[in-house]
Amino acid sequence: MSLPATPTEFTLADARDAVAAKKISSRELTGAFVKAIEAGRSLNAFVTETPEKAFAMADASDARIAKGDVRPLEGLPLAIKDLFCTKGVRTTAGSHILSNFIPPYESTVTQNLWDAGAVLLGKTNMDEFAMGSSNETSWFKPVISPWRAKGSNEHFVPGGSSGGSATSVAANMCLAATGTDTGGSIRQPAAVTGTVGLKPTYGRCSRWGIVAFASSLDQAGPMTRTVRDAAILLKQMASVDALDSTSVDVPVPDYEAAVNSGVKGLRIGIPKEYRVDGAPPEIDALWQKGAEWLKAQGAEIVEVSLPHTKYALPAYYIVAPAEASSNLARYDGVRYGHRAEGVRDVIELYEKSRAEGFGAEVRRRILIGTYVLSAGYYDAYYTRAQKIRTLIKRDFEQAFERCDALLTPATPGPAFAIGAKTADPVAMYLNDVFTVTVNLAGLPGIAVPAGLTPDGLPLGLQIIGKAFDEATVLRAGRAIEQAANFTAKPEKWWGV
Amino acid sequence: MSVDKDTVRRIARLARLAIEEERVEPMVNELNQMLAWVAQLEEVDIAGVEPMTSVIAQKLKLREDKVTAGGDARAVTANAPQAEDNFFVVPKVVE
Repeated sequence: MSLPATPTEFTLADARDAVAAKKISSRELTGAFVKAIEAGRSLNAFVTETPEKAFAMADASDARIAKGDVRPLEGLPLAIKDLFCTKGVRTTAGSHILSNFIPPYESTVTQNLWDAGAVLLGKTNMDEFAMGSSNETSWFKPVISPWRAKGSNEHFVPGGSSGGSATSVAANMCLAATGTDTGGSIRQPAAVTGTVGLKPTYGRCSRWGIVAFASSLDQAGPMTRTVRDAAILLKQMASVDALDSTSVDVPVPDYEAAVNSGVKGLRIGIPKEYRVDGAPPEIDALWQKGAEWLKAQGAEIVEVSLPHTKYALPAYYIVAPAEASSNLARYDGVRYGHRAEGVRDVIELYEKSRAEGFGAEVRRRILIGTYVLSAGYYDAYYTRAQKIRTLIKRDFEQAFERCDALLTPATPGPAFAIGAKTADPVAMYLNDVFTVTVNLAGLPGIAVPAGLTPDGLPLGLQIIGKAFDEATVLRAGRAIEQAANFTAKPEKWWGV
Repeated sequence: MSVDKDTVRRIARLARLAIEEERVEPMVNELNQMLAWVAQLEEVDIAGVEPMTSVIAQKLKLREDKVTAGGDARAVTANAPQAEDNFFVVPKVVE
């Protein structure tokens, strides 16, 4: 094993092996990341840093390692999206309404990680309630991508909603991070920051203790520097959970063992409807290159059709706001969260607390959701959207009769400058055009870094798999990673 | 379908979301822009299609009907913006 000279450049796999072999202590590793996070504060990737907790967890891990009692993620420092409730550590969901919320309980996914020995570095910034594709809707201000275009000092977005997690992975401020993905919020930021992001099958990871956005779409997943790291982290995040009745009781395979099995003999589908007008030519070129890479490694490429693709995004923008308007009804200024001052009665307390506590994008989605669920409109909007969702899922089932996984672009373009798309909500929503179908159908998908634009900004490719077949998704993702040999890193302009 | 100012005021009331009068008109425009965009769903033939009720087919799990957590009023009210003696404090509701 040849290790990078700087511990912050380790992959999760590198670090795991080095810590277990006592080549580096968890305290030393944790200290390196705590420093990197301090030096990277101008990127605004973290809402809350937890260095004291991190060192206490690291010391506990070092004590276990000394005794030879090593768990799968022993002593490995991670960043956690601020949507996962962490007991005793402020959890904000990127919102003013939760800006002082300290959960008295731990989310199942993060509990699984601590039980496996991982170390908490802090909570990462995100779009408010995970509603956004650029991390610009956060109450705690936008995250700045570590990537810049060649010859430019302009600040770019890191994608969203898991923009803080993507940035902290890309800028070496953690070994790996957790994200959540409702319409693309893991895969889209991963793609535009040159990192790996995996959205598992709906039900693979428990949603308990994750602040709810759209319950039939939300799913937690890993954000990492390599496909192998995603396999390692997913294995520990996934579990069936009595506290989430939609978590599924199926065995969690050894994904890491599957990663390097290659794609020989796999049939990879190319859905023709994913060619969109107006996308930059490098997106299509990269997609073709991806197909050639897989073919060269022994996969068979087949053209497939997903005829309802163009309806996925509008259907999503009915279903997701409808569920959000219902989920976010709990913020009432009484039990937790922001409370308005100087109100006359309880109705005004609710109305003012919510108006002051939610940002513009969240308010807009609550109103859309309330409208499409209101008497007289429910069937025209919500029921119709759920029927179209059935058709989208059926498209995938028919495509998977002819192939084992699908290859698509991850995003319709690279990251854009901060502020470039905030004026037009629908233009912003189009960032998720290639990712949202997967959430509507509950399937697993991975974004893998595959190339750079002429301006030097990262682009990713996406592999979509059958339900609960993350192993094949990871195998094909690894094949892309290997062929692309994406070694570019952002030039370190911050913190100097 | 499109919304007008009265509809926006009505749904804001239903959502318990105060909206300032000068924000009503811009919100009408924003919502109508979204509704115009989702209107393309009307061209899809949905005859005989069942609405999705479960994204991954599974039986609803049942558990024994017994108390498994709770009984800690202090933890429950710890995040309340206003609480007294483990009770939530709200403006007077009943005259």
